[in-house]
Amino acid sequence: MKADPRGVLTGTHFIDGDHAACEGALAAGCRFVAGYPITPSTEVVERFASRIPLIGGVFIQMEDEIASSIAIQGAAWAGKKVMTVTSGPGLSLMMEHIGYAAITETPCVFVDVQRGGPSTGLPTLPAQSDMMQVKWGSHGDYEPIALSPNSPQECFDLMIQAFNLAEVYRVPVFFMMDEVVGHMTERVVIPDASAIEVVERRWTTKPPGEYRAYEARDDLVPDMVKAGDGYRIHITGLTHDEKGYPAMNPVAQKKLVERLVGKIRDHREQLTDVRAEHLEDAEIVVVSFGITSRVAGPAIEEARKQGVRVGHLRLVITWPFPAALIQTIARRVKAFVVPELNMGQMVLEVERAVAGKAPVISVPHAGGTVHEPQVILEKILEVTR
Amino acid sequence: MSETGCVTAEGCTVEARPAPEIENPVMPYLRQDRIPHIWCPGCGIGTTVNCFTRALEESGLNLDRVAIVSGIGCTGRVAGYLNLDSFHTTHGRPIPFATGLKLANPDLKVVVYSGDGDLFAIGGNHFVHAARRNMDIMVVCVNNFTYGMTGGQVAPTTPPGATQTTMPFGNFENPFNLPFLADACGAVYVARWTVYHVKQLARAMKEGLAKKGFVFIEALSPCPTLYSRRNRLGDGVDQLKYYKSKSIIKNGADTKDVGLGFQGEIVVGKFVDRERPTWLEAMDQHFSGYFGEKYQPYAAPHA
Repeated sequence: MKADPRGVLTGTHFIDGDHAACEGALAAGCRFVAGYPITPSTEVVERFASRIPLIGGVFIQMEDEIASSIAIQGAAWAGKKVMTVTSGPGLSLMMEHIGYAAITETPCVFVDVQRGGPSTGLPTLPAQSDMMQVKWGSHGDYEPIALSPNSPQECFDLMIQAFNLAEVYRVPVFFMMDEVVGHMTERVVIPDASAIEVVERRWTTKPPGEYRAYEARDDLVPDMVKAGDGYRIHITGLTHDEKGYPAMNPVAQKKLVERLVGKIRDHREQLTDVRAEHLEDAEIVVVSFGITSRVAGPAIEEARKQGVRVGHLRLVITWPFPAALIQTIARRVKAFVVPELNMGQMVLEVERAVAGKAPVISVPHAGGTVHEPQVILEKILEVTR
Repeated sequence: MSETGCVTAEGCTVEARPAPEIENPVMPYLRQDRIPHIWCPGCGIGTTVNCFTRALEESGLNLDRVAIVSGIGCTGRVAGYLNLDSFHTTHGRPIPFATGLKLANPDLKVVVYSGDGDLFAIGGNHFVHAARRNMDIMVVCVNNFTYGMTGGQVAPTTPPGATQTTMPFGNFENPFNLPFLADACGAVYVARWTVYHVKQLARAMKEGLAKKGFVFIEALSPCPTLYSRRNRLGDGVDQLKYYKSKSIIKNGADTKDVGLGFQGEIVVGKFVDRERPTWLEAMDQHFSGYFGEKYQPYAAPHA
């Protein structure tokens, strides 16, 4: 269906990534946000708080990130599209409810404007060091989805995709910005509502009595209802059966957890979203995501000027990791170079996919600023020697 | 012997009536396919649930629009047994979940039903802020002075001197006076009863369901398996006898005077009943004044 025009600020804007992310959420139909102030993400909720009274919805500043991350799930079960927004220290507090969203299959979007860590770290400076935390941070087995925008325009565009994916797969979806993308101001074009495709929640067509809250369709995703519709649902964070009732035994556990991970793993192909450049003739491939792709670009262009056949694979969806695609590329290239604003996180996934078929060179960075393109260029040239 | 008659010693047949099918009035409110429940013999949680179903019955509410939210623990299991839209959330977090549920659909009557450890230790901050905001939810706290599900550890409500597994030589911490806390944070309705006071507890719940704003009801309840046994207080009935003999009804009592000691006097009653705009009313009122016609109060799904 098309976006509700009330939430779409059609036009050409000069705004930063945080503001653009908020506009993306509004355009996607988000009408409930609970949040807690934290640099460098706060502008997202500040804008939402000022915009929502004229659109129709609720913003509430909760007492902490723990409360924010569960309040949105209450709102989701009342039928809203929901989001919370945070940065590293807040994300750490939200881990509890990422697991709750995973096991209860509550559609919700978590925006993480990454800053340097660990702990309070660098509140005002960038990093990409939460990549593994969103994959593995909450206990137990689940498969999240994560998207990594590299510009304010993508903060708008990909946010709509993030909300749509949350509805399609009923998982927590992470929007992995960083301080630079959040605070960088660029041109953002917001199209007419009629040009924005949004996914409506897949409501059940079954009457109460026949409906089972966790009876999945062929795509392994169950249809949803909302509180107040007369279905008298029971939703629990305990391992549950198809009815949603607690069922604490190995058989129920196997059935539920295999489906929870299966609904993402079975759709890895549909969930592969990359931008490729110069891959056709590439002997070396730079794998990047988010802000690092912006500094990898000039390094790649310079290397090509110097006659090095280097290509660029930018991951737009970072989780699930596009391992199959990397595997295919690994068969025909000489090396991978992986710059990221952390001490080496996603490079582990690249290594796993490449499985020894080619060298994988990490270009780590402790954060606080972005890579100098020169550093990436040197690594590319090093490989050719 | 036939199915409808019996034979007396004298040999004459007398008419016997089949036993009338009397349904327990509580049953329609329960998920009967989830019975038996997990609670121990003598536990008071079931008694509070009985009171709650009677309150629901008399409330006249459309039960399709009543949602119940619990945290984790013995009382946390209440949501799973009630035939309502029911949410068993994470430990300490039923109040923020309920906040989202209520704000996203103001048509719902949202009840939080959880234990003292869940609501006042791990969840204490959420309680404080929801009361401050006058969030339109009713919070029922079954206070059994202990962590039952995990085996009887000290709670923020454990009276001084009571023995718990993590206070093996007696509790030396100062417990919360829950009605005082709720009152100070701004709750519009505050009452305390014990599971001996079933009529009063059901009436308080009925009043709470009819009240707009943050309602707090404390229900004292025995935990014979852990709290009573470790403190040599007998079984569930002994605790009811204690509640009966040591309770004093003082409606309107100053909440600062209703703290609980070990097996001491229990002040029960309705302590607070006042009016204050709810969070949503305050938001609507404020934005209507600020934005005038341009303000978009969003429509509830069933409005």
